[in-house]
Amino acid sequence: MDAIASKSISSINLSIYRYDPDSGKKPFMQDLLIDIPEGQDIMVLDLLNIAKEQDPSISFRRSCGEGVCGSDGMNINGKNGLGCITPLSEALRGNKIVLRPLPGLPVIKDLIVDMKQFVDQYKKIKPYLINDEEKPEKEIKQSVEEREKLDGLYECIMCGCCSTACPSFWWNPDKFLGPAALLQAHRFISDSRDTATEERLDQLEDAFSVFKCHGIMNCVSVCPKGLNPTKAINEIKKKLVKRAL
Amino acid sequence: MAMNGKGEELDASKLKVLEYDGIVVGGGGSGLMASLQLAQSGFKTAVVSKVFPTRSHTVSAQGGITCAIQSADPDDDWRWHMYDTVKGSDFIGDQDSIEYMCQEGPKAVFELEHMGLPFSRTEEGKIYQRAFGGQSKDYGKGGQAERTCAAADRTGHALLHTLYQANLKAGTNFLSEWFAVDLVKNGDNQVVGVIAFEIETGEPYFLKSKATVLATGGAGRIYQTTSNAMINTGDGTGMVLRAGFPVQDMEMWQFHPTGIYGHGTLVTEGCRGEGGYLVNKDGERFMERYAPNYKDLASRDVVARSMMLEILEGRGCGPNADHVYLKLDHLGPEIVHKRLPGITELSKTFAHVDPVEHPIPVVPTCHYAMGGIPTNVHGQVLTQATDGTDNVVHGLYAAGEAACVSVHGGNRLGGNSLLDLIVFGRSAGLHIENSLKDGITLSKATNDDIDQALVNLNRVNISSTGEDVASIKSELQKNMQLNFGVFRTGDLMEKGLVELENIREKTQNIHLTDKSSRFNTARVEALELLNLMEVAQATAVSANERKESRGAHARDDFQDRDDENWLKHSIYFADTKEVTKRDVNFRPKIVQAFQPIVRSY
Repeated sequence: MDAIASKSISSINLSIYRYDPDSGKKPFMQDLLIDIPEGQDIMVLDLLNIAKEQDPSISFRRSCGEGVCGSDGMNINGKNGLGCITPLSEALRGNKIVLRPLPGLPVIKDLIVDMKQFVDQYKKIKPYLINDEEKPEKEIKQSVEEREKLDGLYECIMCGCCSTACPSFWWNPDKFLGPAALLQAHRFISDSRDTATEERLDQLEDAFSVFKCHGIMNCVSVCPKGLNPTKAINEIKKKLVKRAL
Repeated sequence: MAMNGKGEELDASKLKVLEYDGIVVGGGGSGLMASLQLAQSGFKTAVVSKVFPTRSHTVSAQGGITCAIQSADPDDDWRWHMYDTVKGSDFIGDQDSIEYMCQEGPKAVFELEHMGLPFSRTEEGKIYQRAFGGQSKDYGKGGQAERTCAAADRTGHALLHTLYQANLKAGTNFLSEWFAVDLVKNGDNQVVGVIAFEIETGEPYFLKSKATVLATGGAGRIYQTTSNAMINTGDGTGMVLRAGFPVQDMEMWQFHPTGIYGHGTLVTEGCRGEGGYLVNKDGERFMERYAPNYKDLASRDVVARSMMLEILEGRGCGPNADHVYLKLDHLGPEIVHKRLPGITELSKTFAHVDPVEHPIPVVPTCHYAMGGIPTNVHGQVLTQATDGTDNVVHGLYAAGEAACVSVHGGNRLGGNSLLDLIVFGRSAGLHIENSLKDGITLSKATNDDIDQALVNLNRVNISSTGEDVASIKSELQKNMQLNFGVFRTGDLMEKGLVELENIREKTQNIHLTDKSSRFNTARVEALELLNLMEVAQATAVSANERKESRGAHARDDFQDRDDENWLKHSIYFADTKEVTKRDVNFRPKIVQAFQPIVRSY
């Protein structure tokens, strides 16, 4: 909810990462005492909205407020997640909460990171259906079972929580594609309507793109949509190995 | 020169200039459909979006795209869909547009499927279609139809990502996280581009183009409780009104029956399409009383009003008797998990309820603007001359929720918004493409014209004292919620209009405290407030003026539909704050027009 109106109030210690390149100051953690309505389990994003009413210069991205647009990926008490669907009751330690930008990407301002590297990796996997056959007048047929193979893959919201929780992505953000892009790669490899499977696999066949994944599974533990990029990556690895034999 | 803390005034000489064949403002479904059409045809196209495109509100659409693709029923007919839509609109939808949408729809849906949209499937491998509200076979005589094409309950997400991906493939230029401020209009009343700034750097630009498409989406944030994303602030509507062009049918706001109680987040009508139904505190399936034939799948305005009546008459649920329940638990886990997985998540997160086991507490929530920027079927923006004739605004197009090509009239049917987006996004793109091929000549904007488009931005940038943005916004939202909600009455609206004048005075005097240049979200929010103000006032004036009840506009003091006086669109100009009328189109090209009848479900 936008405005949380209530008379009975309790307070939260919010420690938030602040950085404004214009200010000439180094990044710092700012401690704020935020009053919240009692008896309501508000979300982390609601807390930020209240904080922003006090200090309009606090900057973060947000849009849908219901966990489907992927704008407000952030690091909440050390774990990546979406502010809008993380309840304070889950996030709080005592009455304290620490909010930082997603790790591993350049910070533009406060909680806002530069997503360019993330999006560039996404673009590399050709994230669109390739089908060179003549199109039928109606839909390209796909069985229920074939369509089920896309479940758990197409739902990605590109929030970046997974890739920025991945040590392999931190070390090689330009060469290792990262869990989000690889999940997408597998979405198109798995689509019965896509005719470019071999080319897609060719593109992934190097030491870094896929194989820098060491199965740490941070991606799985942070994905706010409950998706499993590690499993998708393993499927790709299996296909690549099988092809090589 | 980036905008900075010194509060310097901008003028035409300080702007960088970028030039494109076509500019699309907004990266949701209609915008990306228009840009795709242009980029695929080899034109230099830019999408200007204040958020990364996949963050746009199309992503939240759940249930599906309504379209007679003859998958669930091989005998389905686009004419039946047209009939339902005309009836749903309470007869002020333009029948030429509705005919175009329903007939062209299947082509557009199959195009999306070919692009890769992961639709759910039938046993025969065809696109899955489900039942939605207000759908019939055989012109209302053949019972409930199943006409809404779905990708589980994440159709909007699947559609938006597919369109973004197709645009990447086509080479569209994305000006992602750029905020469009105002239209640049030349001396001949033509639009030649927009003023925008790159949010990351605060660098202002004149984006010059032969065709500018406003695809800026809805403005549900004028209300306190809404299913709309925080970015839905009616930016295109604000721009159009400030440029001296009108908006149409702004009193027509859809309140969606099933917003999650206490939060406003939506659960899809598809829940009822899959067999869910509403109950009051006595466990009674009350829609059987209000709509004996269609029951829970009556049109949205009908269901929302019935729920409010149940609550007002003391049959609401919960300690405050202020909501009703949506029951899904009788469907069994398999249907709920397979067909409604997203709903399950939302319901657990925001209502702390697993719909497999317990009903979801729901209440009507502001959802959709049927009104908007008037256009013809090609997306060309229209203005009204003093003698009442329509004139095309050269260089300017609008599509999607921001526009009012008027396929929804007084009330939109579920699943028709996604269809509207793709059909009219595409038709705007096609018209621009053909016009560019024929050659477009617009006269140049002078520096004075450009400076005129900088007035608002300068006012915000140089403000040194004044009113706080967040508190004005909250005042505005409360006023709209209280005085222009599901049920309306003259006295309250008059009061609300006076209040809005006070709020407008405050917005004239807003103070942007943070004047930094880099990713200044406070600046964006201040400018958004100015747009919300324009939308709210257009809504309020038009609502007070329409002295009848029709579609979503329900007045206690004028309870009947008045076809004699109000089988009309309302047209509102910001400079006069007055409402005029415009004829509804009853001239479809292929079928006979559907004449107004009593609307019952």
